[in-house]
Amino acid sequence: MRISLFVPCFVDQLYPNVAWSVVRVLERLGHEVVFPESQSCCGQPPFNSGYWDDARSSARVTMKAFRDAEVVVGPSGSCVTMIKAFYPDLFKGETDELAARELAAKAHEFSSFLVNVLGVTDVGAKFDGKVTFHDGCHGLRELGIKSEPRALLANVKGLELIEMCEAETCCGFGGTFAVKYATISTAMDEVKCASILETGADTVVSNDSSCLMQIRGMLEKEKSSVRSLHLAEILASR
Amino acid sequence: MASQSSDFQTLSRRYTADKGFRAFIQKGMSGYYKKRDQNKANFQDWQGARDLAAEIKYEAINHLDKYLLEFEEKITARGAKVFWAQNAEAAREYILKVAKENNVHSIIKSKTMTSEEIHLNDALEKQGFGVVESDLGEYIVQLRKEAPFHLVFPAMHLTRRQISDLFQKELGSEPTDEPEKLTMIARDIMRRKYCEADMGISGTNFAIAETGMISITENEGNARLTTSLPKIHVALLGIEKVLPKLEDLSLFLPMLATAGAGQTMTCYNTMYAGPRQLGEPDGPEQMHIVLLDNRRTELLADAEQRDSLGCIRCGACLNICPIFKNVGGYSYGTTYGGPIGSVITPHLRGLKDWKHLSAASSLCGACTEACPVKIDLHHHLLQNRRNGAKTAPNPLEKISFGGFSLMMGHPSLYRLASGLGRIFQPLQGLVNGTILDPLRSWTDSRKLPTLAPQSFHEQWKKQRNRKL
Repeated sequence: MRISLFVPCFVDQLYPNVAWSVVRVLERLGHEVVFPESQSCCGQPPFNSGYWDDARSSARVTMKAFRDAEVVVGPSGSCVTMIKAFYPDLFKGETDELAARELAAKAHEFSSFLVNVLGVTDVGAKFDGKVTFHDGCHGLRELGIKSEPRALLANVKGLELIEMCEAETCCGFGGTFAVKYATISTAMDEVKCASILETGADTVVSNDSSCLMQIRGMLEKEKSSVRSLHLAEILASR
Repeated sequence: MASQSSDFQTLSRRYTADKGFRAFIQKGMSGYYKKRDQNKANFQDWQGARDLAAEIKYEAINHLDKYLLEFEEKITARGAKVFWAQNAEAAREYILKVAKENNVHSIIKSKTMTSEEIHLNDALEKQGFGVVESDLGEYIVQLRKEAPFHLVFPAMHLTRRQISDLFQKELGSEPTDEPEKLTMIARDIMRRKYCEADMGISGTNFAIAETGMISITENEGNARLTTSLPKIHVALLGIEKVLPKLEDLSLFLPMLATAGAGQTMTCYNTMYAGPRQLGEPDGPEQMHIVLLDNRRTELLADAEQRDSLGCIRCGACLNICPIFKNVGGYSYGTTYGGPIGSVITPHLRGLKDWKHLSAASSLCGACTEACPVKIDLHHHLLQNRRNGAKTAPNPLEKISFGGFSLMMGHPSLYRLASGLGRIFQPLQGLVNGTILDPLRSWTDSRKLPTLAPQSFHEQWKKQRNRKL
């Protein structure tokens, strides 16, 4: 299959290895990966802040970049939610509504694409370590992704998954919320990190780099030895 | 005067900084979660029950004109008086008028958040009417001259010790940390009040159009006494409380108990269909129903968010909300706190002053998932943000997102910014954590991620698109 890679802007700038990991996993499975270079940001920051006109101008660039794509796959439950769940709302009654709906229909979050579209749960990965998984809220509640990453992790050789008690509790990132209401966001991060540390896992994994940025930010500040990795990075390792 | 928004920032910072307080709230909630889940499992199909509840509420809210009139007609036929209050002032004036005309001396009140919304106690007290709250939690916060902390658990923020200290100070009782003893102290006082009171004011959980009844849910029996011993019963309710049929209660009563308190059913569920009828030995001589609009019809006119009128005030969205659990009930500065309060307060009290509550959310959606009547809470927060940005944009945000969309809207500008970011990043390192650091609100508690030496865009171009 010819897969168009959607790389969220902050993954592009901060975590290129996450995008490369997606490329590696998909290519190993025998698929062709293309990266439409005109993509920038899905428009979620202005959308979440209420500036929908500004969100639409970013979104139009994304829609144009993927217009001819067969399927679009991205390593972020949150940014894929923007496309899949919110573009139809954002463009409701606008001339681009149909284009928005078309892109929404063919966009997939990485783990959901592997399991639900390709029907793959074993990508032949190997990772030695105790891992706990954080469910990003958008992936979990907007896209209904819960079992997919766990099915994939279950087939990683050498990996032991230990569930944390607050797996479904928000990490407190929430985009601009994290800086606008930094004390609340930090308090939420503390709850999340305590829950991660309680498991005794050496690595926290998520299918959303934005949550991991928040979690890692605190773990590193507190000089914790717990690493954080994107699911794609685990699946790419062998 | 400080704005509502800065009050929220100040209070939420203060409560959030208190880790002991946060742990106390969290601990209180953990018992609720366990019982709630046990009782959800008692439903044959909880999700199906939510669908049905949402449908019934949808029908009721979309035909308020029909169901409210039906309710009025039926309950009036049995001698109750129905007053349609357009706003808080009209509701207060009516209740005061009833109290004055009947020469009322003493008023007892069971739990009603709608009375908090219209600031009824203040109005009654200013006119010289003593009011005593008969719900234990409400009585405790009344003694402390505080508002309820939570829609359902008004005194959940207080420890037994604090309550004992309060009772010693205000009531001259002996110190104790046994809940039963504390309850008995309040009960002794309350029993006397019931006998003295000549007006009882209650809220209403559901109003049934088909039969012209109101239904009140409680655990202490105080609402029964409040509504049946005094010679006048005044029931206050928002117009959205109406349900079409009596049989709807067979769903809503266990649902409210489960979502609200983690109970199969609350201890008492009572239906009231009018004042004392001819030949009946007891019950109030007069029953007054105050139907409150107070801008609910404006919310009704908003097709996008109308479903939020379906709220049964169970508090499930507060209980699950990670924001509420950290900032507590008082930070909101509203009658209705938590996610539902953040959604409806801008409609009930003005978007300009209350839109910040919709911004103070990570949009995690746990509230929507918890809501028994399936109100699309977290998406309504997004709509409030959009409406707020449209009517009263924050100038700095407007400029920032304008710049953002310009950059993201032009791939070449995005590449340029990506390069510039790498040039300026070391400068941030120089000021990291100092007052000059523009990212301090992040870096105070979290390490800042660093830009990769090359973006994925650049790496891909080099490795895969050498020809270009």
